[in-house]
Amino acid sequence: MRIYLDFNAGAPLRPGAREAMLPFLGLAGNASSAHREGARARAAVEEARGHVAALIGARPAEIVFTSGATEANNLALRGVVRPPARLVTTAIEHASVLETARALEADGAPCTVVSVDGEGCVSAADVVAACVPGTALASLGLANGEVGSVAPVAAVAAALRGRGVRLHSDAVQGTGRLPIDVHALGVDLLSLSAHKLGGPAGVGALWVRRDVDLHPQLTGGPQERGRRAGTENVAGLVGFGEAARLARLELAATAAYCATLVDRLAAGIRTRLPDARVNGPSGWPRLPNTLNVTVPGCSGESLVVLLDLAGIAVSAGSACAAGAAEPSHVLLAMGRDRETARSALRVSVGATTTVADVDRLLAVLPEVAAQVRRGAAA
Amino acid sequence: MRVVVAMSGGVDSAVAAARCVRAGHDVVGISLRLARDGTGSCCSLDDFLDARAVADRLGFPHYVFDFTDVFEREVVEPFVAEYLAGRTPNPCARCNEHVKFGLLARRARELGAARLATGHYARIGVDPESGEARLRTAADATKDQTYFLFALTEGQLAETLFPVGELTKAEVRAEAAALGLPVAQKPESMEVCFVPARDTAGFVERRAGLDALRPGAVVDESGREIGRHGGVHRFTVGQRRGLGVATGERRYVQAIDAVSGTVTAVPAGQLGTAGLLARAVTWAGGRQPAPDTPVTVRIRHRNAPVRARVSPLSADAARVCFEDRGPAVTPGQAAVFYQADLVLGGGWIAEAIP
Repeated sequence: MRIYLDFNAGAPLRPGAREAMLPFLGLAGNASSAHREGARARAAVEEARGHVAALIGARPAEIVFTSGATEANNLALRGVVRPPARLVTTAIEHASVLETARALEADGAPCTVVSVDGEGCVSAADVVAACVPGTALASLGLANGEVGSVAPVAAVAAALRGRGVRLHSDAVQGTGRLPIDVHALGVDLLSLSAHKLGGPAGVGALWVRRDVDLHPQLTGGPQERGRRAGTENVAGLVGFGEAARLARLELAATAAYCATLVDRLAAGIRTRLPDARVNGPSGWPRLPNTLNVTVPGCSGESLVVLLDLAGIAVSAGSACAAGAAEPSHVLLAMGRDRETARSALRVSVGATTTVADVDRLLAVLPEVAAQVRRGAAA
Repeated sequence: MRVVVAMSGGVDSAVAAARCVRAGHDVVGISLRLARDGTGSCCSLDDFLDARAVADRLGFPHYVFDFTDVFEREVVEPFVAEYLAGRTPNPCARCNEHVKFGLLARRARELGAARLATGHYARIGVDPESGEARLRTAADATKDQTYFLFALTEGQLAETLFPVGELTKAEVRAEAAALGLPVAQKPESMEVCFVPARDTAGFVERRAGLDALRPGAVVDESGREIGRHGGVHRFTVGQRRGLGVATGERRYVQAIDAVSGTVTAVPAGQLGTAGLLARAVTWAGGRQPAPDTPVTVRIRHRNAPVRARVSPLSADAARVCFEDRGPAVTPGQAAVFYQADLVLGGGWIAEAIP
């Protein structure tokens, strides 16, 4: 029996989402068509839109469905920032933000990358200060999936109000784990992903405040109110909607439960591997389901392989296309050296994780770490 | 026992892995991401997918490790520095010494493996007197790769398996085909894996920057200038192309002086040398041979070994005198000494003895 502790890479599909999707996998029906099949697909997509909007306190019409959070982040950045306007973001963002910012900079939109402290936290004052005149957009991830830090999005929004700077937040890692209300946060755009919520992969959304002048990046048909062309992935969106509905209902209980698992894990690691060090925030706020630890003298790659061979899935660093783990750019931005960053392990849990899963990791990890150290010393 | 198999995505390491599986070992396949930008021929996603497909077919786990830091430090940076210094580096030998049988061997131990297996064409024998492991040439002399493996110590060899060392390339392909491995007919890669489009000069120029280059004169055997060149990194001893001189007679690079930026080009008949001096020399079993020990020596991978006498000069230096006036000697390449199929030792060519 495998133990899956890599929910920040992707959560398993919720049975409820799967059930909801099944009828739509076998049905014809383009949501834009006039016939009954089309109408049924249209209704299902709009119901899903309602669930996704409800999860973040938004109106359904403001939700733009995409092929995932990477597309949502691309749409937010490229759709708002027109060179020579400026962009501000932080050093610990997901690659879909950082690489897009780099591409925009090459196209003539200067980008300021705000640094973070040793716990992976960005200062609101630093972000606000970086928003010099000419800045069109600040993009600030709500929560970091590698170390669990939470950004002061609401404080940044309050300080930027009236300054003509739009605020985008990649909320992928926070969704279903932190309460999110776009109006309380004060953001203008917010990215979501279905598969981090227990929906299917390949589906996401960008929430766009009504008064944002968003330039579509995919042009074609009139889908998504002209903001994102392309025939809807009806089954995928239905799965996303159901996952969002369930995540909203379960949010408080899941967050509290995950926090107890992570506390148990952190305490267990402190006892069994006293020299291991936690990377990330020492207190709240933080993601309740994420623990990142450096095990000194142990290659994270070796730990991941040995744990995988022992039936436990965790991650190290940021995976490239082939699955090789580069030193995490988040840990490097936090001031860790490359060797320390290569000795990091990320464990992320979810609602289906059990206490027995965590205890199994706690039982195996010390043996595995000892073996890696023996091998490294030989 | 657990065996880590280093898998390039090619047919040799695939068959090496298959043989380890057949021997009943607990096989873990590892592929290495080496080049950072991935613009060369190696470590492309396709190679990783090929290795993964072989692992799936044979039923063992496979992982990709990120070795870009160590590869950059131990292989790419010295490669650039050697060219700038007027030498011709041998990145494959360095990669074996520091990357595959260095950090990867350590990773294998970390994973609890008793052995690291690779698809190299070489064999490991046992010294009857000491019981120590010794490097021997491959059964297929045309494929032998001991030239790139000479620096392995007995300790490293004792933890290594070369499962295809007894096979010919044709036998390896036949075995892969019989097992239904998807890489059975995959072509071999010959070029330096991290250099895109075989453009070594361009690679060195991009890496080093124009200020680091050493342009200068092309001179003939009497020291007379017969042309100009854009940098010593563009040349290797024995090279004919790219000299940009038209003296009627075909000329070949005989010597490269990076300090003055001078490249000496001579007619083919004057390229020969009497021998060479080698540095960073290691000896099988750590035992220095007597002065003037008869050996055959290989001084470039593609050249056949020639007869010579080798004499240790110090703990890690040696002089090699060719029996017959020898071939062009290329500083930066390895000189590997053989007695029959046994690798007696080897080192790095510091300079030619005219």
